Parts: sequence; structure tokens; C-alpha cells
Amino acid sequence: MTIDIKNLTIKKAGEMLRSGEVTSVEIVKECLKNIEEKNKELNIFLEVFDDALDQAKKADEMMKNGKGGELCGIPIALKDNILITGKKNSSGSKILENYVASYDANVVKKLKEAGAVLIGRTNMDEFAMGSSTENSAYGPVKNPLDPTRVPGGSSGGSSASVVAGMALGSLGSDTGGSIRQPASFCGIVGMKPTYGGVSRYGLTAMSSSLDVIGPFAKTTEDAEIIFECISGKDKMDATSRDVLSKAEILKISPRKVIGVPRDFLKEGVDKDVLKNFEEVLEKLKANGFEIKDIELPYTKYSLAVYYIIMPAEVSTNLSRLDGVRYGLRKEGESMFDTYKKSRSAGFGAETRRRVILGTYVLSHGYYDAYYNKAWEVRRAIAKEYEEVFKDVDFVLTPTTPTPAFKFGEKSDPVQMYLSDIFTVSANLVGLPSISIPSGFSSDNLPLGALFTAPIGKDFSLFEMEKYIK
Amino acid sequence: MEIKDIENLAELAKIDLSQSEKESLSKDLESILGYIKQIEEVKTTKNEVTQGDNVWREDETTTDLFNREFILNQFPDSQDGFVKVKKIL
Repeated sequence: MTIDIKNLTIKKAGEMLRSGEVTSVEIVKECLKNIEEKNKELNIFLEVFDDALDQAKKADEMMKNGKGGELCGIPIALKDNILITGKKNSSGSKILENYVASYDANVVKKLKEAGAVLIGRTNMDEFAMGSSTENSAYGPVKNPLDPTRVPGGSSGGSSASVVAGMALGSLGSDTGGSIRQPASFCGIVGMKPTYGGVSRYGLTAMSSSLDVIGPFAKTTEDAEIIFECISGKDKMDATSRDVLSKAEILKISPRKVIGVPRDFLKEGVDKDVLKNFEEVLEKLKANGFEIKDIELPYTKYSLAVYYIIMPAEVSTNLSRLDGVRYGLRKEGESMFDTYKKSRSAGFGAETRRRVILGTYVLSHGYYDAYYNKAWEVRRAIAKEYEEVFKDVDFVLTPTTPTPAFKFGEKSDPVQMYLSDIFTVSANLVGLPSISIPSGFSSDNLPLGALFTAPIGKDFSLFEMEKYIK
Repeated sequence: MEIKDIENLAELAKIDLSQSEKESLSKDLESILGYIKQIEEVKTTKNEVTQGDNVWREDETTTDLFNREFILNQFPDSQDGFVKVKKIL
């Protein structure tokens, strides 16, 4: 039988696997075939694991023994910053090109226990810094829907892998929009959990007060299946926490109020995006939702706050990469010289830019004006959302101001950074947020609707897809 | 931003930069700082501190197993199972 991976959901595949209609080996072979055919052109996978079929065989055994759950036998792709014991993990960087992980990330442990097939590691912007994958040390990923355009970033490879039929779902990480923006650019679902909702043990750190791991899938139902598997408190990550369970969410009486921060849509947003957004609002109204205009005066400073706090944390997190215990080493005359030579040879241009910027905002004389001030504004933003969520259940915006752009189109860093304008505030506050496909632009490029919920109410987000269909 | 400021930051960050990269970084940073400077106009009160709770745990040894070989194999330079570093003084 032929399996149409591009149109197969995890839900459906799971049913077929459990009924014996198909095996994991057959599904995985089909994904491998798509990878074989298209990966050279699209540059989605940095490595396809040679034990993928062995994992599939094991999953089929598990299934036969009646132990297979919803993810058993399902091929999942992982962003190249999530560790798997014995596998290379480069974080899209030359400095970690030959780094081999010595332990499993918590999410990997959970996926393995569920019998998921880890099919390979996907390309990404170096250290998850970028919105297009153009910052990958291994060349950019091309958008499978239109290879002249970017897939979004930084988890562009993970997003593209699902659209290109190379995996049924994938994991990415989201620091300022790195799951939701590529999901929107590729026309799939991408979810950023509550901060700490998924353990970051085994995720290469970029910006520790913002980073979170989350799922990509074709439907919110599929994204929910993955999230259910990977979420929860982990003793190895002190910032991890439990979120409200699906049952607890269902118990809360369904209030149906959507807040729209109209101020954000006034400038810099593509007209197709605005038109589609109004259509989404109409559908929600038709489904009994109340749409309420809200004001978030501090939130308009989110991107500025983000570009202070994030590089500050990047510069400190990446200081561990000095060529001493692991990673690339270039010998120099002295110890400092070796650090410098190794880091200069190993870091790409955007990484250098952010490390230098982070060093600047943390340096004596500027610390108060930038870093401390940014934290004050960040707290004000958090408070403002807390107030807003007393009146509304979700905040809704488009996911991105434009659909997927062309390679090289955003050569000015600030222009590139602005593509995260709608997504970053959820990271600053720690809110769960999801991008759901909402239609197409006049050029037939996918667009996304971004729903954001209060902390801990992650499971309420998956319900929204059916209302905007 | 002056080239000498960039050089100072590069020294602090332990990164060597070429002359042309110093120049382009100086321009990029001007532009990024120009954007982030907008936070100066925000009026905030200092008392809005809602930092996360401290998370405590007992200091117990656990038996989480790491593969020693994997870790040793990562050392760029080693001797007798120890990582070898450059002279510090």
C-alpha cells in the first residue's frame, strides 16, 4: 500500500498502526523515501539516524505486545539542539560540529518510552538565533511549499520536515517565536508551551529565561498528542512545572472571550495578513465568541526588551563554549588566545553579533540603562497580561506581520528581528501560545493565527482550531 | 559606536574580529541600539518585582548514569582520562 505521509495525521497513523493496517516500518520507510528524494534540495535534515528502521521494528514489537500508545511507531524529527545519547548534536553551529551527546534530553527519554521513532536531527539557525534558518552554519533550509522562500526560524528544519512528509511531527524550541513563526510560514501548527511546561534538560541553552521546547504537527490534535507526552515537571530542570491537565481545563466553564490588541495591527502588517485576520475574527464570532478590543501599552516594547534580555543571556550561556571540555578547539599561544581562536572559528556572524550585543548591555555603565530597565518593563508586561486575562480567555493576533519572505530579503538585522513582533511577548511573560493555519495570502502562501492563553492553560489552545476552520 | 568600543567588547567576549567585521558590527549595533533605546521612554516603577520562587531540593547523590566514554571522547585534549588545559599562570 502507498501511504500519503504529507496528508497523514499522527492520530490517523496511530489508529492504523493499532489496527494492524500498517506497520511503523512501512511509515518510516515512506518518510525515508521522501527524505532521500528531497533533502538534498531542501536541506531539512542535518542527519538521518541510521537506526530509524530498527527503532520502527521495536515499535512494531511494542505494538504487537499491546503496549503501544498514541506515539508508538510515529516518526518524529528533532531540532538539532535536543540531545540524544550517542548522537551528534551541533545546534546548527560549527563549534559543536562533532559534539556527541552523553545523555538523553528529558523530552527524548519520554519519546523513547512512548515508542516514538526518532528519525533525525533537523537544521536550524545557529544556536536557535534567527527567523529564517539563514544563520545555520550548514546552509539554509528551503520552504517545501516554495523553495525560493525561507521556512521561518529558528526551528525551520523541524517545521519543514512535517510539511515535506519526512516526519509526522517534530520538536523545536521557541525563545522569541522560533516554533510559531516557522509553523505559520510552512502552514502547520506550532505550539510554545507555558515557560517550564516542558523540561529543558538536554536542550542547548540559548536564553534561559525564555527558552521552551514544543511540538510541530499538521493539526492541533496531533500537537496535543506530542505535548501530552513531553510535558510535565522534571527533577532535572528546576524551572519545569506541571500545567493544568486536559481534564482540569475541560472542567473550567468555557468562557469565550477573545482579546485583540488593535494597536499592534496599525502599521507594518501586510494587507493580506490583515484581511485574513479579520476573516478569522468573523469565524470566531460566528462560533459564538465575543471579540473584545484590548490595550497592552507596555507590550509594544516587547521586541526592544527581548533584544536586551536575550543577547545578555546568550552572551553568558555561550561563554561555556571555549574549546576546553568539548567542541571545536583552535590552539593559540595562551589560554585566552585559545578561547578567542576557537570561538572565532566556531561562531557564525549572527552569534558573534548577539554575543557582542549581550556583552555591551551587561557591561559596566550600561547595565542599569539596558538590562535592569528591560527587566522592569518585562515585569510591567507580565502584569498587563495578568490584568487582561481577567477579562478575556485568549489574546489573538496574526502569527507574523508577513507571510514567508524570500532568501536574502531581510539583510538588515532589525528588519529580520521585526518578524517576531507578535510572538515575543508570550516568551517574556511565559505564556502558552499556538500558531494555527488560518488561510492563504493572495500569492497562496500560508498564514497563521496566534492564540495566547494564561500561564498553565496550555490545553485550552488545542481547542481553537475547529473554530477558525 | 566607535571601533575601539567594539574592540573592547570583543576582548571581553573573547572573540577575534576582522577589521571589516568590526566596521559592520559597529553599524549593526548602532541600528539595534537605536531600536532598543525606545525602552528609555517607558515609565516603570521599580517595585514590580514578581520573581519566581526559589526551588529547593535536598543535596543527595543520585545514580543517574552518564556514559563516561562519551564524555571523555569529547575532550579536545586529554591525558589519562583527564581534560588537559593550557597553563593559566
